[in-house]
Amino acid sequence: MTAIDPTAHLTAEQIEELGRELDAIRDEVIADRGEKDAAYIRRVIAAQRRLELVSRGVLLFSIFRPAWLLGTAGLSVAKIMDNMEIGHNVLHGQWDWMRDPKIHSTTWEWDHVSPSDQWKHSHNELHHTYTNVIGKDNDLGYGIMRVDEDQRWHPFHLGQPLWNFLNACFFEYGIAAYDLELGKNLNKRRRKNPEFRARAKAVGRKIRKQVLKDYVIHPLLSGPSFLPTLAATFTANLVRNIWSHSVIMCGHFPEGVQVFERRSIKGETRGQWYLRQMMGSANISGSKAMHFMTGNLSHQIEHHLFPDLPSNRYAEVAVKVHALFEKYELQYVTGPLPRQVLSAWHKVFRLSLPNKKPNVKAPSHEQKLITA
Amino acid sequence: MTSAALGSRAWKLLEMVTTPLLPSDYLDLVSPLRAGADLRGRIEAVRPETRDAATVVIRPGRGWRGHTAGQYVRIGVDVDGVRLWRAYSITSPTDRQDGCVTITVKAILDGKVSNHLVRRAKPGTLIQLDQATGDFVLPQAKPAKVLFLTAGSGITPVMGMLRDTAFDDAVMIHCAPQPQDVIFRSELHGLAAAGKLRLIEVHTATDSMLDIARLDELVPDWAERETWACGPTGLLDAADEHWSRHGVQERLHTERFRPGTVVAGDGGEVTFSATGKTVDADGATPLLDIGEEAGVLMPSGCRMGICFGCVTPLRAGSVRDLRTGEITAAEPGVLIQTCVSAAAGPCDIER
Repeated sequence: MTAIDPTAHLTAEQIEELGRELDAIRDEVIADRGEKDAAYIRRVIAAQRRLELVSRGVLLFSIFRPAWLLGTAGLSVAKIMDNMEIGHNVLHGQWDWMRDPKIHSTTWEWDHVSPSDQWKHSHNELHHTYTNVIGKDNDLGYGIMRVDEDQRWHPFHLGQPLWNFLNACFFEYGIAAYDLELGKNLNKRRRKNPEFRARAKAVGRKIRKQVLKDYVIHPLLSGPSFLPTLAATFTANLVRNIWSHSVIMCGHFPEGVQVFERRSIKGETRGQWYLRQMMGSANISGSKAMHFMTGNLSHQIEHHLFPDLPSNRYAEVAVKVHALFEKYELQYVTGPLPRQVLSAWHKVFRLSLPNKKPNVKAPSHEQKLITA
Repeated sequence: MTSAALGSRAWKLLEMVTTPLLPSDYLDLVSPLRAGADLRGRIEAVRPETRDAATVVIRPGRGWRGHTAGQYVRIGVDVDGVRLWRAYSITSPTDRQDGCVTITVKAILDGKVSNHLVRRAKPGTLIQLDQATGDFVLPQAKPAKVLFLTAGSGITPVMGMLRDTAFDDAVMIHCAPQPQDVIFRSELHGLAAAGKLRLIEVHTATDSMLDIARLDELVPDWAERETWACGPTGLLDAADEHWSRHGVQERLHTERFRPGTVVAGDGGEVTFSATGKTVDADGATPLLDIGEEAGVLMPSGCRMGICFGCVTPLRAGSVRDLRTGEITAAEPGVLIQTCVSAAAGPCDIER
């Protein structure tokens, strides 16, 4: 939380008006959603499957260097597509309206060690509801880092640049641990909780399947190419992990993004909820291909405002949302990927050291509203 | 090791490679109609029949088990990107040479699927299929004398029978607003001209509606005839009543397209606990529609309370049967037909 509330100039009435305008943007997309959107996601899914199949096929001959390079690149892209533009968005229910049981948030499973139902809970229910609320949204540093001045410092945070690097490399395992709330659940009493044990077992099964596929069966099928294929699948997973970690880090960690206190969201109205999403998220600018590879999470602000709108619509929504930011004189945090990644990493380094608590603190806007 | 066991091992191995997807997810990309795939069909042609009806020629997947004349098939069609399921009678004969089946669809007012199929469906489109079903069929032994009592698109299952079986003595009373609204009119007239069918057309726009009491005059021996009736609720209710009054109800076979009387009450808040969605529902809209509208994956079937394809556990609260007004309260193991049940106060549906 910054010392100065960047939304202080807005009246309660203005915030509600902003909410109504955002509702209207959402309604417009929903009314127009149809055949073209359905064709889009089916095309993307078909392309991803073809790419994965071809890449794994090419990797059967990974003993030859060009095959290794081609196959590894293809598999990396296929895994990124699976997790970002397809998995993340399908699991958000963005395509549930199609009523196709094969492309539905309740039936989808992704190429990831965290089972989709556990991820949906921690991501859709917790992170998207309590976005950037300290103590409620564990995405704020994933419970291992300090990403805001107002989070309490602990000597453990001295190592956070290293933690963040390791988390980037093994991001899918980080997410699985995070979805299991390992930090909280590993103490003696909670470890025995049958509900936790069932969930941990499910993660174990998922990990076994994923590892077997990528590190045993596929290399074995490659015969003499066993080791190169093993290296290829490991590399593809690494690329996917670092890429998705970078994209996701850009969503809430860069400078300029606001965080909120627990008490500030008490009795939050629809308009205030929208405002929190607007101030708590950051975009990535770039080409169409860039947006696609980030699963349109480059439109993080729009995604947080409307998590269940089809991802292919965020680009057009962004134009309208940006206009609202200007109308209401709010800061639309965005920038190219390298700059945003650097900004987020800078914060990780900076906040690994303790900081002085800001002395003068303007009350948050929501608090003012309550006491007014 | 037997080849079957070997095959199943190979399949297991494939599953380990394709996880978290299934091998079939990849096979569907290239061969959606193959044996072993979810049953689908491909639209081969759409042929206009009247100004608001068309015959859709469908090539079913390899898993299609065929049909009996008079049966219907449920199809899942993507309309504006949304999958909608409807049931249509099969109008093709059972021995059609090219292996395709046809359904004949009449576009009804505000009918999303029927209008899409009649006016916008394109050859090459994949649709979802169920196996043919329904007991509006002929008995094993061909009845000596039959009567077909049909109206509007109610002609469709009967056309399937007429194309399949040569009857010795068949009479048809068919109601449609005007001559040009009669689906299969030239084919029916051809059968009549060949002496295979006595056809009585009732044009309701000019002649007034069919009065069931006129049956004695139109078909004096109606009570001796094995009768198949299909059409709007009014006609079928009148027929039911008429045949019962004369004590020959066992000769009457009916096929309904819509559920009967609607009894509405107060609605309530409906929770779909497996999906985690909660919506307000009125007391007249079937829970199936409410769930589908909310993006919940609802199983569905005939949408008229017959096939039990939509049954779902009721976890809490109570629902009202729209046909009878009867209230069902949640108890362990209670299943409800969502297509003919509406909320009667707050309730929780396990979807």
